[in-house]
Formats: sequence, structure tokens, C-alpha cells
Amino acid sequence: MTRLIVVRLLFGALTLWAVSLVVFAATQALPGDAAQMILGRDATPQRVEALRDQLNLHEPVAVQYLQWLQGILQGDLGTSYSNRMPVDEVLASPVGSSLALMGLAALVATPVALAVGAFSALRRDRAFDHASSLGTLVVASIPEFVVGILLILLLGPGGFDLLPSVYSRVGGPDQWVLPVLTLAFAVAPPIVRMMRATMIEVLESEYVQQARLKGLDERTVLWRHAAPNAIGPVAQVVALQLAWLAGGVVAVEFLFNFPGVGKILMDAIENRDVPLIQAVVLLIAGVYILVNLLADVIGLAANPKVRVANR
Amino acid sequence: MSTPSTAVARSAAARTRRAGLLRGAWGFGRTKLGVVLTGLVVLVAVAGPFVAPYTPTEFVAKPFETGVDGTVFGGDNRGRDVLTRFLWGGWTLLLLAGSAAGIGVVAGAVVGVVAGYQRGWLDDVVMRANDVLLAFPQLIAALLVMSVLGPKVWLIVAVIAVSHMPRVARVVREATRKVIEQDYVKAAEAIGLPRWRIMAVEILPNVTSPLLVELGLRLTYSIGVVAVLGFLGMGLQPPTADWGLMINENRQGMAVQPWAVALPVSAIAVLTIGVNLITDGLSRAAIGIDRGVGK
Repeated sequence: MTRLIVVRLLFGALTLWAVSLVVFAATQALPGDAAQMILGRDATPQRVEALRDQLNLHEPVAVQYLQWLQGILQGDLGTSYSNRMPVDEVLASPVGSSLALMGLAALVATPVALAVGAFSALRRDRAFDHASSLGTLVVASIPEFVVGILLILLLGPGGFDLLPSVYSRVGGPDQWVLPVLTLAFAVAPPIVRMMRATMIEVLESEYVQQARLKGLDERTVLWRHAAPNAIGPVAQVVALQLAWLAGGVVAVEFLFNFPGVGKILMDAIENRDVPLIQAVVLLIAGVYILVNLLADVIGLAANPKVRVANR
Repeated sequence: MSTPSTAVARSAAARTRRAGLLRGAWGFGRTKLGVVLTGLVVLVAVAGPFVAPYTPTEFVAKPFETGVDGTVFGGDNRGRDVLTRFLWGGWTLLLLAGSAAGIGVVAGAVVGVVAGYQRGWLDDVVMRANDVLLAFPQLIAALLVMSVLGPKVWLIVAVIAVSHMPRVARVVREATRKVIEQDYVKAAEAIGLPRWRIMAVEILPNVTSPLLVELGLRLTYSIGVVAVLGFLGMGLQPPTADWGLMINENRQGMAVQPWAVALPVSAIAVLTIGVNLITDGLSRAAIGIDRGVGK
């Protein structure tokens, strides 16, 4: 199993490298000269030329790529074009906000989704199960920003006017409610469905029947015999949903004007701020790959066949 | 001369199986509901431009004004008729999402069948390349390309189709590997049919069920991505009437003029729900269980 995990890790690193290649190549295709972009339109040709030297823009593209990669590995993400600050300083606070937003969404969505899924499994083919099945299907189909707008129309200033629909510096904690709720709605349905499917499979298994036949009470059967065996696949889906959040957060932050990486990315695209675009895309892809890797490892660890084989 | 006739017989058999799948899916109440919902939105999008009271760029009111004579839902952020722009804004979304899903599924099916049947180094290379493509969240990939090359219509379709391809290929490859264990594929190999014929005539008809389900799934996601690109201002550009763009343009005035946002938002929601209900029916008919999870 250790060998399998090491292979996955190596492959994850390889994928990340390929992604860095794609990101660098894509931003190279952007029109405009980096030195000119940094100094602005009214810079003297001499200053532009000097900065071109400093940024190694005369070197071949391959050399530029290697220098860029080396910089990133040493934690130097370059300088933002638009406000001339180091990219890592620009990103520090938005990354924190986005992580807090994603974390809150996961904290809200996961327990509720697990409870609904497990309850549907116990009430299989009854009214609650049908309702939750149709409900998850409907919520899962709607794009997340549409869910957000529907929530705003319902609860925001135009509707019942319970919650603010736009994030502002001076606002209270209630401005977090709608973004968190939107993301929670986006990640919950697959978790509900997986929890239900796994619980049904486990509840029908022979060891659960055996436990019931022994005369154990239903509570012990559920918590001691059924639940531990349902955790593996469900944990994997939860991890996959967290990975999805890394990309899904962009539109939701844009909608609520939430100061996170998604909004930074949209601003950077607007300003053609290449180092910032590179850094944010790499960051999101990196988190995505890492969490997917985590899901893989959880899946492996939860599979007894793999766990026991070639120990 | 037995080959053409067996091929005909087989494709006839495939046709009845496909009809069976569709009939099986129709048996579920939610599929019927899905068809009704989807049909409703498609009708609005296709017939809309013909019944719209104004042209999409005509000014009929003050910005965000409601209750204007001669309009039903008032004016949008520039004072153009909301109803007209709503009726005009759907067909672009349907066309872009439909072609992106179609191209992506066809490309993914070809890659999946070839990789699953040829195996060996080709399979390895294709699947590793797939994993790299999968490492990008769909929306981030689209945003990166749009920001570099500029929002162009063909580019929107191409980016979404390419991001669908590895996801479809993975599913089709799995299905193919099950099919090639069957006796009729081995029999075809023993007769000496060329490999491309085996793939086209023996394997492809037998992976149509997962393929149809994938088409539905990819269509739902395509609609979502096209709409969200428009919403982020990175899709179709003004002054096009487009549901996603309409939401972006009018969201500032949501509190005073909710219709300009509510109409396109409800249409997108109803459309995605409808398509997903059909997909769910198809997948239930195809495998008899809930379809998989994950976005």
C-alpha cells in the first residue's frame, strides 16, 4: 500500500509540473510586453529596456520557463503588474478568506448531507427517501451561481430582506451566510447520494444481518457494524467535493463580491496581470490535485483488499 | 458475403436495444417531467426571437425602470426591453452548450473506444494525458484560455468540449473493456475483420447506454459552464442578448428590477433540472441504479 501511495504522489507531482507548463505557455501567448506592462505607458524606452534585462525577457522561452519555475519552487511568485506588490503578499489575505469560506461551507454541508443520506437509506423507498432523492437531483443540476442568485432573490434585499447580498469591509458576520449557504448547496448532493448508496449496500450485507440475528440492538448494529464500513467511499466523495470547491469558489466569490482568490483571479484577468493569473491558476490547480490525491489515498486506505495486500 | 448482412442484423439489434433504453427511461415519471421542463425552455429559446415585441438593442425605457407602458417586465440596465432580451438570449446558450457537449462526447467516445480496445502504450499515453487534463477544474481551464486568447464563440465551444473529452473517454474506456471480453468481439477478431470495423460495428453500438448517459451529464455541465462564463463576462460579449450575460449586466439592479435577473436565472435552472431529470431516467434505465456521484 505504501508503494501505491508513493506512486500516486509521484504522479501528482508530475501532473502539477505539466500544469505549470500549460499555465506558463498560456500566459506567454498573452499580447503585450511584460516590462511595458509593469512600468506603464509613459515609461522611457531606456527604463523599459533595463527592466527587460532584469526580468530576463531577452532569454529564450525555455530559459525563462526554468527561471520562473525555480522562482516558484523557492516561493517567489513574481511581482503583480497592477499594484507592483509581490504576488505572495497580494494573495495572502484572499487565500485566507477563501479557505475560511470553503471550510465553513464544508463544515455546514458535510454533517447535514451525511445525516440526510443515512436517514434516506434507513427510510428506503419511503416518502423521505423519494423527496431527498428528487431534491438532491434538482439541487445538483443547477449551476452554483444560479443557486446563489436564487438565494439572493429570496433572502436578499429584493426578497425578504433578511441577509446582505454583497460583501463589504464594514459588514457583520451575517454577510458570510449566503456565500457559505450557496457553496454548501453545491457540494452537498453528491455526498447525500453516496452516503445513501453506501449505507444501503452495507445494511444489506451479511455481517449486518448476522449482527441483527445475534440480537444486538439496532443502535449497536448501526454504529458498531454498519457505519465504519460506510466511511471509506463516503470520505472519498467528501474529499472530491472539497477539490471541486477550489474551482467552484470563483463564480460564487464574484457574485457576492467576496474578497477571496476567485475575485482576485477575475480582477487579474480584467487587468491582464500575468504573474497574478499564473499564481492563482497554479494555486487552484495545486489544491485540486492535492485534494484529489488525498481522495485517492483515502479510497486505497479504506479498501481492505488493498490495505492487506503487499503490506 | 456474410459480413454485410450480419452487420445489418446487428445494427438492427442495436437499434431495438436503444429504443428499449429510451422506452425504459420514459417509464419513469421524472423523465417525463424532465422532457416537459426541457421542452418548455427550448420552446422559449427557439420561438422567442419570432414573438419578441422589440429588437434586442432597442431602447424602450429608462435603466432599471419597471411598469413602463408597452413592456411587460420593464427595462434592463440600459433601458432595453427585458422580455425581448430574455426571448432572444436563449438560443445562443442552447447552441453553444449543445455543440460543446456533442463534440466533447464524440471525441471522448472515439478516444475511449480506441484506448480501451488497442490497449498497450497507446492506452497508457492517452490515459496519462487524460489525467493531466482532468487536473484542471473545468471553469478554471476555460477562464485561463479566455483570458489569454480573448472571449470568442468558437473558443468557448472548443474549451468546454476539450474539458469534457477526458471525462467521457474514461467512462467509455471502462465500458469498452467490458465489451471486448465478450464472445462476439472474439468471433469478429477470429473472422479477421479489420480493427476499425470491430470498433465501429461491434463495440460502439454496445457502449451506447453509458454514452447516452454521458451526453446528458455533459449537456448539463455545458449549460452551467456557458452560463457561468457569460455571468463572469468572459463568454459572449455585449450587446449580444445572452442569458448568462444578462445576469451579469443586471445583477447590480436586482433589488429594484428583479425580473431582468429572475427570468434568465429561472430559465437556466429549469433547463438544467430538466436535462438532468432526463439523464437520471436514462441512467436508471441503463444500469438500474442511481448514477455515480461527483461534479
